[in-house]
Amino acid sequence: MLWPMWTDNGNTISMQRTGTLTKEVEQEIRAELENATQPRGACLVALKVIQRHHGWVSDDHLCAAADLLGLTPEEMESSATFYNHIHRKATGRHIILVCESVTCWFLGHEEIRARLQEKLGIEMGGTTADQRFTMLPVQCLGACDRAPAIMIDDDLHCDLTPDKIDNILAGYL
Amino acid sequence: MERPLTQHMRKDREPLSIDDYERAGGYQALRRALQEMSRSEINQEVLDANLRGRGGAGFPTGAKWASVPTGDHWPSERFFVADADEMEPGTFKDRMLLEGNPHQFLEGLIIGSYAVDAAKAFIFIRWEYKLAAQRLRTAIQEAHARGYIGERILGTDFSLDVHLHVSAGRYICGEASALLSSLEGGRAVPRAKPPREAESGLWGKPTVLDNVETLVNVPHIIKNGAAWFKGLSLCNDGGTKIYGVSGRVKNPGLWELPMGTNLREIIEDHAGGMRDGFKLRAVIPGGASTEFLMADEIDIPMDFDTVQKAGSRFGTANVIVLDDRTCPVGVVANLIRFFAQESCGWCTPCREGLPWLREILDDIEHGRGREEDLDILQSHTRLLWLGHTFCALAPGAMEPLKSALKHFRDDFERHVKDGRCPWR
Repeated sequence: MLWPMWTDNGNTISMQRTGTLTKEVEQEIRAELENATQPRGACLVALKVIQRHHGWVSDDHLCAAADLLGLTPEEMESSATFYNHIHRKATGRHIILVCESVTCWFLGHEEIRARLQEKLGIEMGGTTADQRFTMLPVQCLGACDRAPAIMIDDDLHCDLTPDKIDNILAGYL
Repeated sequence: MERPLTQHMRKDREPLSIDDYERAGGYQALRRALQEMSRSEINQEVLDANLRGRGGAGFPTGAKWASVPTGDHWPSERFFVADADEMEPGTFKDRMLLEGNPHQFLEGLIIGSYAVDAAKAFIFIRWEYKLAAQRLRTAIQEAHARGYIGERILGTDFSLDVHLHVSAGRYICGEASALLSSLEGGRAVPRAKPPREAESGLWGKPTVLDNVETLVNVPHIIKNGAAWFKGLSLCNDGGTKIYGVSGRVKNPGLWELPMGTNLREIIEDHAGGMRDGFKLRAVIPGGASTEFLMADEIDIPMDFDTVQKAGSRFGTANVIVLDDRTCPVGVVANLIRFFAQESCGWCTPCREGLPWLREILDDIEHGRGREEDLDILQSHTRLLWLGHTFCALAPGAMEPLKSALKHFRDDFERHVKDGRCPWR
């Protein structure tokens, strides 16, 4: 599709920004659109659908979804970059969320994080070379009675000590 | 002692099915509300019960519901939003309520929606609460199948759609108007008030937002009456409360106790007191955005008004305990890092001020602090206070900082003077 661009002298030029969604993704977003009070309301849902299928949201997919919702890519991008759990870069197969809030910090967050970094060889925000793990900080996981805690994909791991880390990671291939 | 919210929950942490819940008297309140009570009678009952919002602000729920314009003179549609976006550091009560008994929460949500005549309800749940979301999906299906959600509920002319919205993160979504911005697909930026959400909320329509714990109380009020509900409490606020304790206590956890239970009793009797070798130095009584209370200040009834009088806030009443072997400067640095990270960036004082404080606190904690840094910290407790920022996020962040500068002044000064953290 064509997007108008305004140049310094006020003339408009056109820049082509296109992208395509897979049939499945497009169908899922269209179904969500039917439920939405306004198309804009489906913005985050659309980003989540893309991410569920592809692991992250590429420029192409973002532009294509914007098109489907009748938004500009910039509007879509402003939401995509605001939220912690929408990834605009490729991630590993498994996402490790490391709780860094106050109770976990009391009870050994720094040791857990150090062990993960050492074991995986990546910093916070990094992805392992084999694309197996991406490690991200997260705010309070709401497991303060079982701190320190991390989450890998859909699973919460609580009452951690550094020596439990190896076993836990082994469960995610 | 009665524990209406938790008495039927299973010890193995599995959820109550709809059959379990009905056997325990579930959905009787909904039947009563829809078939025997008018909307204003429900609002009055909840108001008389003195149920105050459990998300932290403590606003009377009945008054909020009654302020929503309903009736023929106001033909607009209305929305009901349940805030299940529990993200206040140190707070974990809503997770337990949702995972343990999702139908109790749904029943409260349906009654609330009926009370304000909303045809659409949203459950705004945080990304990380995967198990709670999964159990809610099942519960919504079950409730649908039994006719508690959907068209013409229980044969009345009231219909309700319930949507589960899984959020994509950000603490600012706990601010009601920011949550609505997020639900509309945009950045979760707070909106100017007035108008309040009850007048102009989601898509400009009247919208009620209530916390999970607030809503789970509603079926019990409708079933047993306002007088019974007030009788559960030891103070003026009605009902029981899910109190929580985390930190270096022997038995961290959650307990349903009468509203107004003594704070020291919660920590010593229920959380088992401190672990061996640790002393209680201070507590943060209601989540990260509340002021420290020192060890000699905790012999108080834990309720909205008393904690306020003691110089802090009741908040979520999930208490974080600071022991004598943890660096208080490190704790405050951690809290401010959280708030700096979670600022939505909309207003300049919050967006620029909090990261500056984060840098300074990090410097002090790691031995790079200067004497004048303490003055900069102190000045920000005024510069980022209510009235100088767009919403309450930065003022909330100033609460623990302000009280730490007062109570732990020596610790801050020692970090600067010695050029290192004495606890590291």
